[in-house]
Amino acid sequence: MDRTALRLYFELAKRQFQRQLAFRTANLAGLVTNAFFGYIRATVFIVAFRSQGTIAGYSAADAVTYAWVTQALIMVVHLWGWYEVERTIRTGDVVSDLSKPFSYLGFWLAKDAGRAAYFVLFRGLPVLALGQVMFGLRWPSSPLVWVAFAASLTLAVVVSFAWRFLLNLTAFWTTDARGINQLAAAVVLFLSGFVMPIRLFPDWLRGAVLALPFAGMTQIPCDVFLERLDGADLAGALGLQAFWAVAFLLAAQVVVVLATRRVVTQGG
Amino acid sequence: MALIEVENLHKTFRVARHHRGALGAIRSLVDRQYFDVHAVDGISFSIERGEMLGCLGPNGAGKSTTIKMLTGILVPSSGRIEVLGFEPYRRRKDVVRHIGVVFGQRTQLWWDLPLIESLDLLRYVYRVPAGRYEENLHAFRRLLDLDPFLNSPVRQLSLGQRMRGDLAAALLHDPSVLYLDEPTIGLDVVAKHRMRDFLRTLNRERGVTVLLTTHDMADVEQLCARLLIIDHGKLIYDGSLEAIRDRFGTERTLVVDLDEQNGAVNGPLDVPHAREIRADGPRRWLSFNRADTTAAELIAHVAARYRLRDLTIEEPEIEAIIRRIYEDSSGISSQTL
Repeated sequence: MDRTALRLYFELAKRQFQRQLAFRTANLAGLVTNAFFGYIRATVFIVAFRSQGTIAGYSAADAVTYAWVTQALIMVVHLWGWYEVERTIRTGDVVSDLSKPFSYLGFWLAKDAGRAAYFVLFRGLPVLALGQVMFGLRWPSSPLVWVAFAASLTLAVVVSFAWRFLLNLTAFWTTDARGINQLAAAVVLFLSGFVMPIRLFPDWLRGAVLALPFAGMTQIPCDVFLERLDGADLAGALGLQAFWAVAFLLAAQVVVVLATRRVVTQGG
Repeated sequence: MALIEVENLHKTFRVARHHRGALGAIRSLVDRQYFDVHAVDGISFSIERGEMLGCLGPNGAGKSTTIKMLTGILVPSSGRIEVLGFEPYRRRKDVVRHIGVVFGQRTQLWWDLPLIESLDLLRYVYRVPAGRYEENLHAFRRLLDLDPFLNSPVRQLSLGQRMRGDLAAALLHDPSVLYLDEPTIGLDVVAKHRMRDFLRTLNRERGVTVLLTTHDMADVEQLCARLLIIDHGKLIYDGSLEAIRDRFGTERTLVVDLDEQNGAVNGPLDVPHAREIRADGPRRWLSFNRADTTAAELIAHVAARYRLRDLTIEEPEIEAIIRRIYEDSSGISSQTL
């Protein structure tokens, strides 16, 4: 990819970031909601951990932090409720995006990067700050952990994006992909470790779920934040995320090619 | 070589046939039957550089489908398309660099951002050199009078303003061809007029080839030297507007006001090669076919038999002619006129 192409994707990301700035009130409402559920989930964990010191290697402080980090990541990784591509296909606006000399996948990936960057600043960090004020969180102990966390979070966004993008693309065939998206949201909520850490899953299920792409959307970045992974484990976890990111992006590109072979735009 | 060449183009969609009723809906899940819709059914035409064409046709005739194949976002079922020497669907990126598209009922502008942000982005999308971009932006700001709303979010623009923004967006990269899908739809009289002025200027001064689809006959009458009429996926007319009048608008009407000072004329007027189709006191409408007689001959006949105060000749309205063509073609859709 040459420099002008990179510039284009940067400009796309920038505009999506700017676009989000228009929704200040909505973001504030979302922030309050995320913090409210962060409070409830952290409180539940504290009660659950009262009788046992650690569960699956998590202390009560770890669990509280896990709850707040997952709340902070909700809109950054955007695990559910994303219909932007589906909407353009349903309304037919997709024809504008397809009649441009850029990669359709790259176009949406860049926009999602801009969206995620916005939510890191205006949702994720404020939610963590509120968690710190209300409960006191367990923060990474060294700058290196922050670097690893940033890498893991970036990969989490890419994996999540490619997954959402694929689900949205089904609209090319079904004309309304909201049903399958809702079903997928329920699955992801559970398998990503959002509801509870995958490490708390029963033995027979845990290994498999940890290898699935969904673990890379929440569980792995949270574990990096909590310094549960280091050395080879850390490299393996990031490698797994990278593997799924590449695999999903390739799949997405294949589906884009198939889909654009059969664009049936709604409304003629 | 022509700028755009289309030869025996077909596009067939496979559509599921649904069974009726609630039980039918369930039955459709397991027992699905398909039928083919021939949206575009063997169209051929070619367009030279600098032409301005209007494409007419009733809703669902295949106009938009044809435009989508020309831009490369839809793959033809069969037939050949070449735009600037490329097959659009194989070389989508190469083709779209040289074309601009405006779909009248959609927008490519970023809804939540100031208009200028959408325009600036296109500089990177099409890799327009900075100097050229500034020149074009300056020109379109003037021609389309964009300045009053250049910094307003697109969501706040009126439809007319948004269309002007969309036009600028489609043209900043100096496309050779501009496709406009119903560009004047929903616009008020003033906005339509401005839009047409702009398109004329664009075609004349920048040599942009324009292909527009429309339901508004005035668009075609005022802009297009050449007219394509598509119906049921077939090209049923390709030629000038005057020729279509000559060919299909052969029925003209002579309106006469009789001088009835010396007593009213009772019953319909009796003149050869014409028949009275309407009477309102002394005013009579005589329909005649230009194949049977000329206006001059008819006037001479009428004046010889009746005393006249005044007369006018009504040309058939182009809209009425087109309506007749649509109606004819729906009866004989398999036959090319």
